[in-house]
Amino acid sequence: MDLLSEYFQSYLTALETYDVVAALWVNIQLTFWAFLCALALGTVLALMRISPVPSFQWAGAAYVNIFRNTPLTIIMTFCILVLVFQLQLNLSDDFDFNFFLWAIVGLSVYHAAFFCEAIRSGVNTVPLGQAEAARAIGLSFLPAARYVVLPQAFRGAIAPMGNTLIALAKNTTVATVASVPEAAGLMKTMIEFRPDVIMAIFATFALGFVVIVIPIGLLTTWLSKKLAVAR
Amino acid sequence: MRKMRIAMAAMGAVAALTLSACGGDGGSSGGETQGGSAGGDKIRIGIKYDQPGLGYKSGNDFTGFDVDVAKYVANELGYSTDQIEFVESPSANRENMLSNGQVDMIFATYSITDERKKTVDFAGPYFVAGQDLLVSAENTDIKGPDDLNGKNLCSVTGSTSAQRIKDEHAENVNLLERPGYAECVTAMQSGQIDAVTTDDIILAGLAAQPNFKGKFKVVGNPFSEERYGVGLPKGTDQCADINAAINKMVESGAWEEALTANTEGVDYKFNEELNPPKPGDACA
Repeated sequence: MDLLSEYFQSYLTALETYDVVAALWVNIQLTFWAFLCALALGTVLALMRISPVPSFQWAGAAYVNIFRNTPLTIIMTFCILVLVFQLQLNLSDDFDFNFFLWAIVGLSVYHAAFFCEAIRSGVNTVPLGQAEAARAIGLSFLPAARYVVLPQAFRGAIAPMGNTLIALAKNTTVATVASVPEAAGLMKTMIEFRPDVIMAIFATFALGFVVIVIPIGLLTTWLSKKLAVAR
Repeated sequence: MRKMRIAMAAMGAVAALTLSACGGDGGSSGGETQGGSAGGDKIRIGIKYDQPGLGYKSGNDFTGFDVDVAKYVANELGYSTDQIEFVESPSANRENMLSNGQVDMIFATYSITDERKKTVDFAGPYFVAGQDLLVSAENTDIKGPDDLNGKNLCSVTGSTSAQRIKDEHAENVNLLERPGYAECVTAMQSGQIDAVTTDDIILAGLAAQPNFKGKFKVVGNPFSEERYGVGLPKGTDQCADINAAINKMVESGAWEEALTANTEGVDYKFNEELNPPKPGDACA
């Protein structure tokens, strides 16, 4: 019993020294902004891939295949070492915020490829007749996509987009290579300097991510049922 | 026809991967049999693989001050150089590798701290380092951690020295964290970083690399004491023997020789007030 309370005491001192909640909050912020950017970019890419213009189709497919098949760590390292250090492209004058923004850029360009494919799978759930009917009443490609195809496609793509969002939430830990002070970096630090409570530290971060990810999963499952297009 | 060609290319790629994996395997198992035939037990020593000047793997050779001390101590304990098997032990894995028995001892810039002593034992110290700064050789305005306000400072993820500078010396320093020190030094070379911080001997080892020679200098104004110990499993009985070996290495002059050889060409002086340390009989 004594040992246990002593262990708990050291665990508490470790939590006092290192701010786990603040680090996880950074991950949540990264997830939120990268989700918005990736969704926007992914929608544009999906439109390009289903458009009738061959060069757009080709460009969309090329983007997806390049970014989907490049490891996120490489994209992130490229952003920092090449774009920031060599080409000195700064998104913000604030030193730390600059890296935060670049991390969002890295996460967005990578996950946009996955959102694009999720949306495209949603487009495939829309019966061909819908698109044909839209064209028949005189809508050109963009209005047909905007008013007829995409609204149904998004509702059909909620489950796969939820999967991508969960992957995105967990992938925000890669932002540590972009010098963003987030959870994975803090965990590494804590394990290095507080090896006496190594298991408790690991469990804390595992629990932190469970708390972040499970609500996303529940929400998207619920939404995908509620918003499913009844056919 | 086209499908066929793609299938063949894919098979070729798979075959190449499998073959290279086999090659890697064969190499390491070959090493083990060689050690076994030398007779007697082997000793597995955890070192860093990526810190030039301390623990560094280039090809099949291991170099650095940690490696030299490890070899000397192992020899004193009755192991020949052939019987040493070096294992990579990254900072965050050191305690686990010791308690799981993956390594017998660790020489990997392992500072002795109270928190670590709860899970592992330390012999030594064999060196007392101090956190310091590495700057460009032409730099004259950074003389210590207090001159870093508004400057860009690089360190590896989870380093205490960067945090200490921010907390105690220069509040307005810009911290950049990279996965490895080499990336910090490369960033400094491109001019985006003003200084790199960590233990002085690690900085000296980095600056002593052939491609960086003459470009950087260690400021020489240490602001902490890091006592490098030999990590051992909890409850070990080897501390006295290892400490005796370290003392012998210092007395014979091999200690200083190893230190100079590994920081050659860099304007670096180890802290002579604290070095060489004189470990006693007991564990640190």
